[in-house]
Amino acid sequence: MDNLQLLISGLANGCVYGLIALGFVLIYKATEAVNFAQGDFMMLGAFITIGLTNADYMGLPFWVALPISLGIMAVLGYLLDRLVIRRMFGESQTAVVILTIALGFVIRFVAGLIWGHEPQTLENPFAGKEVSFGGLVLGMEDVAVIVVTILLTWGLYEFFNRTKLGLAMQGASQNQLAAYYMGIPVKRVQGFIWALAGGVACVAGILFAAKGAVDPSTGLMGIKAFAAAVIGGFGSLPGALAGGLIVGVIEPFASRYIAAGYSQIAPYALLLAVLIFRPHGLFSQVRVKKV
Amino acid sequence: MSLLEIENVTLKFGGLTAVDNLSFTVQQGEVFAIVGPNGAGKSTVFNLISRFYTPIQGSIVFDGHDLLAEKASDVADHGVARTFQNIELFEQATVLENLLVGRHRHRKSNFLTELFFTPSVKKQELQSRHFVEEIIDFLDLQAYREKRIAGLPYGVRKVVEVARALATDPKLLLLDEPASGLSVEETTDMRWWIDDIRRQMGITVLMVEHDMGLVSGVSDRVLAMADGAKLALGTPAEVQSDPAVIEAYLGHAA
Amino acid sequence: MRIVFKTNYMQDIRPWKDGYQLSLYLILLAVVFAAPFVIDEFYLGELTNVLIWAIAGLGLMILTGHTGQASLGHAAFLAMGCYANIILIESGVPFMLAFPLAGILTGIIGMVIAIPALRLHGIYLAIATMAMSILVDDIIVLTEPWTGGVGGKFAPPVNVFGIMIDRWGTPREFYYLCLVVAVVVTLGYINLLRAPLGRSFIAVRDSEVSAQAMGIDVARTKAISFAISCGVTGLAGALMGLFAGAFNNETFSVIISIQLLMMIVIGGLGSIHGAFFGAIVVGFLPQFLSISKEWVGAALGGADVAIPGLEFGVFGVILILFILFEPMGIYGRWFKIRTWFELFPFYRKDMFKRQKSYLKTERLR
Repeated sequence: MDNLQLLISGLANGCVYGLIALGFVLIYKATEAVNFAQGDFMMLGAFITIGLTNADYMGLPFWVALPISLGIMAVLGYLLDRLVIRRMFGESQTAVVILTIALGFVIRFVAGLIWGHEPQTLENPFAGKEVSFGGLVLGMEDVAVIVVTILLTWGLYEFFNRTKLGLAMQGASQNQLAAYYMGIPVKRVQGFIWALAGGVACVAGILFAAKGAVDPSTGLMGIKAFAAAVIGGFGSLPGALAGGLIVGVIEPFASRYIAAGYSQIAPYALLLAVLIFRPHGLFSQVRVKKV
Repeated sequence: MSLLEIENVTLKFGGLTAVDNLSFTVQQGEVFAIVGPNGAGKSTVFNLISRFYTPIQGSIVFDGHDLLAEKASDVADHGVARTFQNIELFEQATVLENLLVGRHRHRKSNFLTELFFTPSVKKQELQSRHFVEEIIDFLDLQAYREKRIAGLPYGVRKVVEVARALATDPKLLLLDEPASGLSVEETTDMRWWIDDIRRQMGITVLMVEHDMGLVSGVSDRVLAMADGAKLALGTPAEVQSDPAVIEAYLGHAA
Repeated sequence: MRIVFKTNYMQDIRPWKDGYQLSLYLILLAVVFAAPFVIDEFYLGELTNVLIWAIAGLGLMILTGHTGQASLGHAAFLAMGCYANIILIESGVPFMLAFPLAGILTGIIGMVIAIPALRLHGIYLAIATMAMSILVDDIIVLTEPWTGGVGGKFAPPVNVFGIMIDRWGTPREFYYLCLVVAVVVTLGYINLLRAPLGRSFIAVRDSEVSAQAMGIDVARTKAISFAISCGVTGLAGALMGLFAGAFNNETFSVIISIQLLMMIVIGGLGSIHGAFFGAIVVGFLPQFLSISKEWVGAALGGADVAIPGLEFGVFGVILILFILFEPMGIYGRWFKIRTWFELFPFYRKDMFKRQKSYLKTERLR
């Protein structure tokens, strides 16, 4: 029973990692750039929602604040692309990566300026409620996290593989010139994907802040989400979720069964192991490069 | 004397047979061309010789050495140099630096002597520079010596590719579509350069080419390939009139 | 307009273009050596810090700037060099031996790490090195008996040729120690760049495939690059520990790794000058910010504006501005301005225009 509790809470955490990883993979699938600031997006989304919902700030009802903050994050993501990332169109992907690293620093700084550096939690309707499930007692927040994540992942997967826009995005990331020839407005597509990633990060942030406390440096957990994305193979949406779940589950079990100090290195050791032995993840999309 | 012997070489990529039981020899001092429609496996043959791929059967012997026992970075040491179809130059370096990299296989110094730049390193640098300047002279690259590859036009880059391969002082030069993307003038220049490489420098040339004018103008023998297998082998005239070759390119009469 | 007329190959092989450039560098060297007699102790300390960061930057530049292997984990090597140096000194090894030994040990570890890193490219290598940096951070805490864990260690005064040097007691001597190390590392770097090894690094960076075709053993070259890079970074780490006086695992966190990379990008990736320019920014930014804060505070009515994390925020903005508008970094801008003067009036506006290219996926070819 105890292990099952650990498993569930691990899964819930894993879903948050998975959602951040989903954001990474979304942007990667559409633009082949990696957004190192995705974790900080999550933090920003959490704080924006806190700023709208919590009694200390604006005190709006949760279900009113939710779409507003989703909207704000989506717009922020789009603006970021429009004003900053788009200027890098045509430059090497490394430059974009370094840019996003710097962006992460700036977002962290601004968040600290606006909301301070104290950890804060999101006041939400799931708090304190529980669900009984055949002998198991689950926090409502955990259930919400798991359910939302599964729905979102499934939705995005269908979007990418079935809808015209999703296929256009895949095409734009594989060969921009060809995509242009096919009439795909590559830059606009890119803007849309960043907006989407912003929204997904916001969801991750809300779910995380509902269960635990956020402060401006929370975004650094994005590194663990990297582990998730890599394990899943950087081009696969369900893979990102699977990776996130694996990382999320390993953490509580490691801290329970392995000596303290060693347990916190578990996700990073796992990441390194995957990178060394299966660099393209468990659900790899890469084939051999032909010269 | 045969310089390169390819015997019964086969390579498959999953279900696709890229090279099918191919055999041919290249004699020393000749210009040998490989032609064929796209997807025939011509560049794959080069990649096999360069040891980027390993065949599932067959042997590749160069100058008496079994190349299949070597790894990719040791092939140059034996005297095989190559160019790449899609220009693989060092973009952020100058033409001169690119050519000097070609001298790498003649490097006698090591990390420590280079760290202190001993007189022997200095002498080696002067020798390398001298050798490379001869090539710059030969290919008329003087104007581009100090220019970064990144700013150069395509035609010049193709010439630099050849120059860099020559800088290794090879016995066998593999040219992967040397004239693709070149104008008529540039192709004519290339044709005379290839001829000079063979006559003046005594280097054997193996080239993949689509431009039949260049092929018939400068090659001694031609190998026609299709679907990874040999179609015909002979002089340019023989191969061009071979019915199997004509069918591969143009199809048969309705 | 300056014309350099070349009559022999040595003019290209030697590090300076002509007598004019040589004399400029000699003047710079003289100024830097004379500095302790001219500036006060505080700024001397700042300059020492800049030198140490420059050495660290040179270390990372070899690997990332010239061999093209992105590393977001070099703070781990700073830490290794630092702890190795102090542990050796505490075991009785004299500093003159412990210092180079610390560098060599870090270099060897770097070479070992290179082995799995060989198959990782681009973003995967960056992520792996970042994970490694976090891992080392935790390992330092775990190996507390040797490293002092979170409590950290203290740097004792060190014995150089009989003189006892420590950062606070003998700032001038400490400055010279760092200066000499910086100059020696720079000279070695210059020598490597004009020799076949340096060119093979650039070859591996720009095209691994054709580097192999030219006879360069890519795996071996990367391993050597890692070794040299980590060794130099280890030396910088040892000096950093001596400069800080006291250090623990947090001194070498993953944020420092990221800062190091950001620093050399701002300075100018792929150039020796870049390491120094970047170090100047990192070294003097806190000073600059506190002076500006006073100025802003005074202008706004005397309030003391204390903003935590301002440094990183400003650093991030600077980097973003550079990447967007001057990707070649400070050195790039300097080079363009110098070229403008040298070619005047024939400088063409788009001489250094970057080739933009349409994206083609690395995943499926």
